[in-house]
Amino acid sequence: MRKLLLFSIIVLVGITFIARLFYLQVYTGKAYNIYEDNAIRKVFYYPKRGYVYDRNGELLVANQPSYDVMIIPREVEPLDTLEFCSLLKISKDDFKKKFSRANNYSPRLPSPFVPQLSKKDYAVLQEKMWKYKGFYIQKRSLRDYQTTIGANVLGFIAEANQGEIEADGFYQMGDLIGKQGIEKSYENELRGVKGVKFIQKNRFNRDIGPFDDGKQDTIPTPGKDIIVSIDAKLQAYGEMLMQNKVGGIVAIEPSSGEILSLVSAPSYNPNLMVGRERSDNYIKLRNDSIHLPLIDKGLLRMHEPGSPFKALVALAALQEGVVDENFSVRCSGAYNYGGRRPMGCHCGTGTRNIFDGISESCNSYFATLYRRTIDKYDDASHAMDVWSSHIKSFGLGDYLGYDLSIGKKGNIPDGTYYDKMYPDFRWRATTNISNSIGQGEVLVTPIQLANMMAAIANRGHYYTPHIIKSIEGQPIDSTYTKEHHTSIDKQHFEPVIQGLFDVYNKPGGTAYFLQVPDIEICGKTGTAENFTVIDGVKTQLTDHSIFVAFAPKENPKIAIAVLVENGYFGARFAGRIASLMIEKYIKGDITRTDLEKWVMDYTLEHEYEKPTSGKPFRINANSGLMTVEQYERLKKIENEQTQTDLQ
Amino acid sequence: MSLNRTRNFKFDWITIVLFLLLVGFGWLNIVSASSSGEITSYFDMSQPYGKQSVFILFTFVLIILVLSIEAKFYERFASVIYLVSMLSLIGLFLFGKTVNGATSWYGIGGFTLQPSEFAKFATALAVAKYISDLQTNIKTLKDQLKTALIIFVPAFLILLQNDAGSTIVYAAFFFVFYREGIPQIYLLLLLSIILLSVSALKFSVLITSIIVTVLIFVHHFFLKKKKGSILQPIFITLACIVFSFGVYFFYSNILQPHQQDRISLWLRLEKDPVKLEQMKRTILYNLNESEKAISSGGVTGKGFMEGTRTIGKFVPEQHTDYIFSTVGEEWGFLGSSFVVILFVLLLIRILHLAELQKSQFSRIYGYSVASILFLHFMINIGMVMGLIPTIGIPLPFFSYGGSGLWGFTLLLFVFVKLDSNRINEW
Repeated sequence: MRKLLLFSIIVLVGITFIARLFYLQVYTGKAYNIYEDNAIRKVFYYPKRGYVYDRNGELLVANQPSYDVMIIPREVEPLDTLEFCSLLKISKDDFKKKFSRANNYSPRLPSPFVPQLSKKDYAVLQEKMWKYKGFYIQKRSLRDYQTTIGANVLGFIAEANQGEIEADGFYQMGDLIGKQGIEKSYENELRGVKGVKFIQKNRFNRDIGPFDDGKQDTIPTPGKDIIVSIDAKLQAYGEMLMQNKVGGIVAIEPSSGEILSLVSAPSYNPNLMVGRERSDNYIKLRNDSIHLPLIDKGLLRMHEPGSPFKALVALAALQEGVVDENFSVRCSGAYNYGGRRPMGCHCGTGTRNIFDGISESCNSYFATLYRRTIDKYDDASHAMDVWSSHIKSFGLGDYLGYDLSIGKKGNIPDGTYYDKMYPDFRWRATTNISNSIGQGEVLVTPIQLANMMAAIANRGHYYTPHIIKSIEGQPIDSTYTKEHHTSIDKQHFEPVIQGLFDVYNKPGGTAYFLQVPDIEICGKTGTAENFTVIDGVKTQLTDHSIFVAFAPKENPKIAIAVLVENGYFGARFAGRIASLMIEKYIKGDITRTDLEKWVMDYTLEHEYEKPTSGKPFRINANSGLMTVEQYERLKKIENEQTQTDLQ
Repeated sequence: MSLNRTRNFKFDWITIVLFLLLVGFGWLNIVSASSSGEITSYFDMSQPYGKQSVFILFTFVLIILVLSIEAKFYERFASVIYLVSMLSLIGLFLFGKTVNGATSWYGIGGFTLQPSEFAKFATALAVAKYISDLQTNIKTLKDQLKTALIIFVPAFLILLQNDAGSTIVYAAFFFVFYREGIPQIYLLLLLSIILLSVSALKFSVLITSIIVTVLIFVHHFFLKKKKGSILQPIFITLACIVFSFGVYFFYSNILQPHQQDRISLWLRLEKDPVKLEQMKRTILYNLNESEKAISSGGVTGKGFMEGTRTIGKFVPEQHTDYIFSTVGEEWGFLGSSFVVILFVLLLIRILHLAELQKSQFSRIYGYSVASILFLHFMINIGMVMGLIPTIGIPLPFFSYGGSGLWGFTLLLFVFVKLDSNRINEW
């Protein structure tokens, strides 16, 4: 027995040691990662972020150097905070706050202390940097916008947040990442690859030379330049026309699906999203609850399509064979469908065929078409599904899949939708007859309308709209070069297109006065009722002015949708703007300077102020137009009024 | 006769191979831990690894020397060797050189020699010689005291030179005595001392006293079949309580602050996070860094000369007492377990051989070798991995240092020589 004591202890100690080693090295130990090894200092070299050009090669976005003061809290030694703070232009409280924030994030990992120094501050600081242990300057590149347009398209970059850092090992605290627009969509192409240098440290935290003879060091790979499909001149013109209005313009090249311009009004200068003032500016823009400049109206504003939708109602009816192109309807100024009130029509009275049905926007004509389509089948729900699938084949009621990360689905109701809405009621075509004129349950976004026009212009197919044209010569994603076919046969498009052509070219057409010499434009006006809630009461506001168009009629080059919020009838603001945009794109200059002057002269600011003014207001025909000059005078008077009141 | 002898001269190759593996692997790790990247020559005398190369070469000379001397010499001259060794320890008080607070070195030219490393060997010889003497009966108190004296002399001298770590090693001889038949009561006493000390510090003297009292009286009244006088349990209880007080007093008033902190950390007595954080940066620094280095090695390690914490010299004293952290970082779980297994095999092999010895002297000596090596192994690796309080003693055959290497080699190879001779012992 006595012989066994030492033997047992030896074996026991051996087992304990191996168990402890297992605990330290295998159980709690992770696979070795040089980036987490605090014996190795990592110095990053940031690559040039890819430039952005417009479709004509105009440089839109370049870079500018920026210098961040970085901190590794654990390595900070007592310092002359007074001098340091004055160099950085921060207060001592800021210093404490920033230090504890960095320390909370990680005492041993670098985080930005004061980001984005100006070149001048950097020059002064650089010489004294050696004094401040634990701090260093990290050079990065910030965006330098060569333009003042397209902020909503170009987006911006900002420091990656905790979630983004955790989701992608590429980023570290203080790294910049695309947050919106193409910066976000094409982040992986634009960002390039960081270069890194590994430096061996000793226990006093001093560098003692390159790690592994620098064999694992890498040089940065620059990001790829990209060309976007935006036409900068057209975009700038669109933004100019949309001054003093709220709304959006989406223009698409039908033959490719490329987005020629994506205007969101009011817009802002993209340079506001650069540098240390970025977050202040961002908050200011976010707080503008009247204009919502950060909301991309072209992508995010859901509204009733209004009359442009009639083109699809006609196409669905033709495809279903419930009418042919010679079918006509007598309009008595209203459509009586057995409802409590007939549906009004302002086309004047007379016999309407498909051409003047469209060109004069006759509600009775389309209500008849719609009713026949839904009544084709005994089962209304099934008929509604058939109709709905025709409409959806134009990309409506769907996110479309374009390469910007924001969007709205819209709504195209189908049979199930109404079955749920009326569970105890046998609904029929007349129940939702407003769908026939683009009201009721139908909801769309401007980009969906523009895409719809592109599909009509192409006589039955479209390409997924996209903002990318090319990435340093390499082909773009194949989803953007694939044709999507609508469920409408080609021959049914010609009469509808003729009707849309008549809108411009036939006396009585709703856009007759918007003709542009030498360009055959097909278009359709639209008016969408809209409501807001004021003090808990649903209140109607002035209608949205909507216009869709494509041109030229043959071999179309541009399809466009314009939404001017509270602009009243379609031809008034949206129609004028659409015509001008088409002329600008196709001809390069404007001959209809009268239209341009009109659009530039009038403002809608007074309309946007109504809901929050606290005063009763009138809408639509009862609400007068106001020129920019009148509006400014009014504002001046009001300001003086408030000042006297205050005194 | 001479033919017969040659045939019977069989060295135990398993021990020798294990020894060579440990020395070789140890040297690789010293190269890594003490080089600063570039190695011009493995015999670069300005660097620890270069010196160690030379030490190892001399070790082979030493081995040949040890193995060629008549086996009987060690038994016959054990007392002389012990005496010389003790004189060398005493001489330190006159000519000693102080390094890191301990006066344990003789300076000879550019080299230093640490006599305490050889004193273990001498003591082992003396203990074996004394116990194996026909006159000695270890079961008598008188001879127990005399044997104890053989150990206390070097232990005391070394303690006086402020090398507490090396003193603790002499506790290893307990295993030898136990094997040779000291009464069981000593084992009980040792266990009681350990338990009482830990309990008194960890849970306070009062709680310890209550537990001890309850246990002893339960034993006396309910478990013990033949009840003796009540005075015996009362006396034992009082002794335990007094001892607990003694431990507490010793800890709080006699131990130096740094020794106090080591124990306090080991027993997790410090609860204040601020103080703990401060400790981590000061006295716990070595341990903290060594644990980090070992953990960072993972399963397979970072590779020879690739350990970033070793290159960065994050672990102080890494090539000496903390050499095992280099093994952990560069060779990972596999390499470190390999080293642990090598040691365990070597120790078991020596124990096994010791039991096979026909002469009592050889057996006791062999047992002493195993005990001494074991205590070093347990304390050193246990310390580097944070299992026991920091006690600065080297890892045999592994740590940098000539005296240590030669001391351990001498210790081991005298046994190899004795073992090779066992067939002739009749």
